[in-house]
Amino acid sequence: MGGITSSTALWYASRATGVVSLVLLTGVLVLGIMVNRQGRLPGLPRFAVVGLHRNLSLLAVAFVAVHVLTAVADSYVSISIAAAVIPFVSAYKPLWLGLGAVSADLMAAVIVTSLLRRFIGRRVWRGVHWLAYASWPVAILHSIGSSGDLRGGPFLVLVIVCIAAVAAALVWRLAAARRRPGLPVPAGPARRRAQQTMARAGGR
Amino acid sequence: MAARLQVNPIACSGHGVCAELLPELISLDEWGYPLIDSRPVPPGLSRSAKRAVTDCPALALRLAADESGGTRA
Amino acid sequence: MIAAPVRTGIPRLLPSDGRSHAALDTHLTSFGPVPYLDQPGRLIQVVRDAGLTGRGGAAFPVHRKLEAVAAARTGRPVAVANAAEGEPASRKDATLLLTAPHLVLDGLQLTAEAVGATRAVLYIRDDLRASTRLEIHVSERFARGLDRIAVEVVSAPIQFLAGQETALASAVSGAAALPRFTPPRVFERGVDRRPTLVQNVETLAHVALIARYGSAWFRGAGLPDEPGTMLCTLHNASGPVMVAEAAIGTPLASLLDISQATAVLAGGYHGTWIPAAQASAMALSNASLRPADASAGAGVLAALPANRCGLVETARVARYLAAESAGQCGPCRNGLPSIAAGLAELAGLTGRRPRSSVAADVSRWSRLVEGRGACHHPDGTVRLVRSALRVFADEVRQHQQGRCSAPLGRPFLPTGAEPVTTGPVTTGPVARTGTVTTTGRR
Repeated sequence: MGGITSSTALWYASRATGVVSLVLLTGVLVLGIMVNRQGRLPGLPRFAVVGLHRNLSLLAVAFVAVHVLTAVADSYVSISIAAAVIPFVSAYKPLWLGLGAVSADLMAAVIVTSLLRRFIGRRVWRGVHWLAYASWPVAILHSIGSSGDLRGGPFLVLVIVCIAAVAAALVWRLAAARRRPGLPVPAGPARRRAQQTMARAGGR
Repeated sequence: MAARLQVNPIACSGHGVCAELLPELISLDEWGYPLIDSRPVPPGLSRSAKRAVTDCPALALRLAADESGGTRA
Repeated sequence: MIAAPVRTGIPRLLPSDGRSHAALDTHLTSFGPVPYLDQPGRLIQVVRDAGLTGRGGAAFPVHRKLEAVAAARTGRPVAVANAAEGEPASRKDATLLLTAPHLVLDGLQLTAEAVGATRAVLYIRDDLRASTRLEIHVSERFARGLDRIAVEVVSAPIQFLAGQETALASAVSGAAALPRFTPPRVFERGVDRRPTLVQNVETLAHVALIARYGSAWFRGAGLPDEPGTMLCTLHNASGPVMVAEAAIGTPLASLLDISQATAVLAGGYHGTWIPAAQASAMALSNASLRPADASAGAGVLAALPANRCGLVETARVARYLAAESAGQCGPCRNGLPSIAAGLAELAGLTGRRPRSSVAADVSRWSRLVEGRGACHHPDGTVRLVRSALRVFADEVRQHQQGRCSAPLGRPFLPTGAEPVTTGPVTTGPVARTGTVTTTGRR
């Protein structure tokens, strides 16, 4: 793009805040997985891991908001405010921006229910919170498809690092579930039969 | 109004955040589950108690306003 | 030798002619159709006057449960007959459903009417569902116009906690039979979040008779504060497991052969061990058993033979109870297996001499689990374990020195892995009032 215009500044701001949002959301997801599996960060008490997860998510909301607003305000491409929340109605790159809208909608649901979780009950809150696992990969796809930034150079490395971090956290989550028997495992018939077998085998 | 801390033992998965935030009233047993002082929360600890309720990752802790507390089936 | 049997009057639930009354026509000849009262509150009043308490173990006044469900504003009530009988040592519900199922079904209709229920369910152990032919009885009754509400038969898993009221409500709602945190209690939000009346099948059978013969008749047996009769499952040293109907207040010595026993277990696996000498002076009533920290529970009585070790039996039961934990609450899921392992070590089941700290560890874990579950499973287990350590204290000392006073034999108390003996059902004077018949493995 030629010349430094306010439009260009807005477009760059959108891209920059987009990248930061992605990094923050990756951090939020990794921390969320750690909270769920009661993982610790060295030197930090448990309530700090919980607090960091929450504070980063609010920071991510701020960055996503700026990312969306600068993209809408920028006049170089036509993105209506509606396209920011309703998927696939944008004139510019409807698919990739639509994915962004999907991710933002899911994120909004997670955030709003979390802010109100004391009033909506544990089950509803937990059910909606699982959407975070959908919001993040959709955000990754949106990021890769919406602009060429992430397809090469240091930003590509950044995306790979983000994906690797989440993958590592997921692997750790599954492994930790097996290693730590005190963590809740659903008590279904199979588990019951296993317990009884162990109990009978344990002595006369 | 007497407020007491109660835990839903099914929801609780032993994160231990409550014990960090309110050590005066909550400690952890040898398996990591909370041992809760069931007396009414003193006014000075009311804010910490509310924070412990809010910060529980499993939403297992609550402040019950009634005198009788919860009864199990 | 058994003490002279005490006459308690005519058996009421178990047929006195020794034959099964499972056939509908036999039942109708003896009792007639369901005596619907048609007046709101009338059944609750007569049940209150009769002083009937629940026969599922908790002995809660039945009229209060009926009132609570009838008064609930959270939906149209559901009435459930609880035939889960998760306690392996109890056979009374199975026997009742084999010999007098229509009394149970009458009671279900009557209580459903009393609370305004629009749905009636029979929740029955899966292995009894076929053998008791309940579905056939239920269809026949509805087809002949006896039942106003069609009864749905729902299978209960064969688990210790399957009959716990919130686990029952969960199972009938279509989810797993696992206890739920309360409040709300099931009388407010149970099956499908509707007010739910849960009654043991024996309780319903008593209701069916009270509705016909009145409260004064019901109080004609039993004690003023604990009226009526109750079914009990009797485990003696020799002979098959028996089910007897006894008036409350019957001496334990009339029901069990205590002279050959070292201790008596009263109240099932959430009950209490009582030394034989103390038990032989006690009767089948909560008032009589209370000084031993015991209650009649659901009527399970076992006389531990002199050639069995109480610690070994309790260790086996504790292992069973630990495996039967729903696994939902950390203290129970962790604490009960620890307690069971500690008892196994004390009982010598691990093959080595117990460490000196084991008894203290078991006591510590008992204090840690008590009251910290969503249901009473940890509490009941702790009650049994504590009574064992108290009553068998001499045995504990011997075991700590590597000895055991009783040679090990086959398990005396059932834990679900043993085959069930078969035999005809008979009724008669209280001391030998019935034999259990159920076939196959449990």
